[in-house]
Amino acid sequence: MSAAPTRVHAAVTLLIACTVFAAAPVRAEIRAGSKQFTESVILGEMATQLIGHTAIPVTHRAELGGTRTLWGALLAGDIDIYPEYTGTIVQEILADHSLTDANAIRAALAAHDVRMSAPLGFNNSYAVGMRRVRADQLNIRKLSDLVSHPKLHFGFSSEFMDRADGWPGLARQYGLPQTDVRGLDHDLAYRGLEAGEIDATDLYATDAEIHYYDLVVLEDDRDYFPAYDAVWLYRAGLTEQAPRSLSALRRLEGRVSQSEMTAMNARVKLDGVPAARVAADFLKREFGFEARLELPSATDDFFRYTREHLLLVLSSLSAAVLVAIPLGIVAARKPRFGQAILSITGIIQTIPALALLVFMIPLLGIGAAPAIVALFLYSLLPIVRNTYTGLRGIPPQLTESAVALGLPATSRLRLVELPLAMPTILAGIKTSAVINIGTATLGALIGAGGYGQPILTGIRLDDIGLILQGAIPAAMLALLVQGAFELGERWLAPKGLRLSASRR
Amino acid sequence: MSRREIPPADAAVFELAGVTRHYGESVALARIDLSIEKACTTVLIGPSGSGKSTLLRLLVRLIAPDTGTVLFENQLLTNDNAGYLRQRIGFVVQEGGLFPHLNAHDNVVLMARYLRWNTSRIAARVGELAELTHFPADGLRRFPVELSGGQRQRVSLMRALMLDPDVLLLDEPLGALDPMIRFDLQNELRDIFQGLKKTVVMVTHDLSEAGFFADTIVLLREGRIVQRGSLTELLRAPADAFVEQFIRAQRSSIV
Repeated sequence: MSAAPTRVHAAVTLLIACTVFAAAPVRAEIRAGSKQFTESVILGEMATQLIGHTAIPVTHRAELGGTRTLWGALLAGDIDIYPEYTGTIVQEILADHSLTDANAIRAALAAHDVRMSAPLGFNNSYAVGMRRVRADQLNIRKLSDLVSHPKLHFGFSSEFMDRADGWPGLARQYGLPQTDVRGLDHDLAYRGLEAGEIDATDLYATDAEIHYYDLVVLEDDRDYFPAYDAVWLYRAGLTEQAPRSLSALRRLEGRVSQSEMTAMNARVKLDGVPAARVAADFLKREFGFEARLELPSATDDFFRYTREHLLLVLSSLSAAVLVAIPLGIVAARKPRFGQAILSITGIIQTIPALALLVFMIPLLGIGAAPAIVALFLYSLLPIVRNTYTGLRGIPPQLTESAVALGLPATSRLRLVELPLAMPTILAGIKTSAVINIGTATLGALIGAGGYGQPILTGIRLDDIGLILQGAIPAAMLALLVQGAFELGERWLAPKGLRLSASRR
Repeated sequence: MSRREIPPADAAVFELAGVTRHYGESVALARIDLSIEKACTTVLIGPSGSGKSTLLRLLVRLIAPDTGTVLFENQLLTNDNAGYLRQRIGFVVQEGGLFPHLNAHDNVVLMARYLRWNTSRIAARVGELAELTHFPADGLRRFPVELSGGQRQRVSLMRALMLDPDVLLLDEPLGALDPMIRFDLQNELRDIFQGLKKTVVMVTHDLSEAGFFADTIVLLREGRIVQRGSLTELLRAPADAFVEQFIRAQRSSIV
């Protein structure tokens, strides 16, 4: 997080100048990234510790989200390396099915200035799993057996639902007739299976839960799923910039077996051992070195999350106030232009938060900056709308009186119109602030940290306690801000208006 | 009351020539020619929709004429000079138009503060006006919502008079008051107008009130001036059947 202030500064620059630019920061530090699931986090930890062992400064931007986020961050230079799977590279990143061997993949990646290591050893292919009891009952062993059971309920991870090598292709290849197919979080899918709400879900071949929930992995009898060999993807620049760290990473090539990876996933997910510890134990066993481990205390974590969350909320909200009030004023003054402003801010509000966050990555990379810009955009509408409504709601005879007195337009705004609209404007800012605090938890998906971080990790590890460590402070903060605004209204809203309101 | 002598033509404060104003399709004022004399009280009267309020608003350029010209002291009123000239015109609307976020005192002194009068000058002027309008000094700290209807009109009048304007425009200033307060305030207002010798233009729909205040009554109907003269002239020689009917409808309150 050492670079957070420069990122924030970049965000502010963008807000003020409305100019989009993203320059790769010059830095000696290496950044490893990982996706929002346990195995990726363990591998990301391994990369971090392997590089750290060579005394090169390194940080781990853990749990950044999905493939798009990580790939975007790698291209933008926000991270230098992350663990990926060959199947994902071919199907999803390059979207070129003609790439069948490693050399062809390497050549295609080179066009993006990205390199790929040799496989780390295990193949974490996609698979479809069912509970053993249910599969036995219906006598299902292979994927092609599913064809004769059209009434089955499927729950697939959102990524599997969407991606080219996921459900759509699977359904086509096997001619699967099921219609009740829902997208849900991978970790929630296991609970759905256990509760009997869904009959089958997508799995990764190294998932810890396969044994835990007693699942059957259905045989891919028509060879639909491609190989998902784990590899490192890294920026080509790393070869010159940090050759030693690269050779440290490559020590892992061919060293991690499928059973070892499954066991490590199980330790983190089922036994609650921190991913960093599990990664360190593996490296010690395999290479005999003691990794430096600094596991922060729960209090440290809490203060860091609070600091990060407040940074997201305060900077995005104050920028929104500075921009939205003038926009609301313009909207109230120029009806036609005003409709355009209200429509545009309204449309921004309808963009799903996750999509907006991902849109920001090519422009601003990962971390606090894109999250702040996204939150800023979300905070505009309530403030713009309430400023507009507050100004338009001023009784015409008051405006007329102000004009007739001889006050010019700007003084009229300052002395009469804004004070009269102030209670409504404040209510808009309050709404924005409360929404902002909730939405900011999603910032963790693109590396902005905050209270969303323990929530994400908690969902990944199926750890309610951890989820609450993020959810409760976020809710408390929202209540606190709401209370603060209600107090603030006492002295910010003109006294005469409060008297009028209480007599109405 | 007796009508004053007709002043020479160059003493006209407002001079309207060929003024027309539409609201969408409907005509609010149709080719109005009118001069308003200095130091006289002119009352604009007519049924609702006759254009009397529109005419009053044209005088401070709260609205602009579609065609025709409005001269204020021989100067063409435009968007550019309206802001400055408005400081020489006081304006009082029906409900007072007081700003609810400011107390009575701050409402009254808003413009003086904007023009950076010093505090002693402001205090002296507020003192004069409170005396003139019989407004209790302890009421100045109250907010409009804490004042009675009659008190609000007094504050509104003080605000309009603060910069000592040459002209006072009033849009049904007593319309929202109950009859007793209205009667008292009518007498006070007339005393104030006569004492100040300002040019006053007032809008009302009540013929007895018009007769009580006016040197000149201007009777409007459907955007046109039907008759102009003193109450006596209107009663003695109504210009047409409409004037006769208008007078007859309000006769009981006049005699």
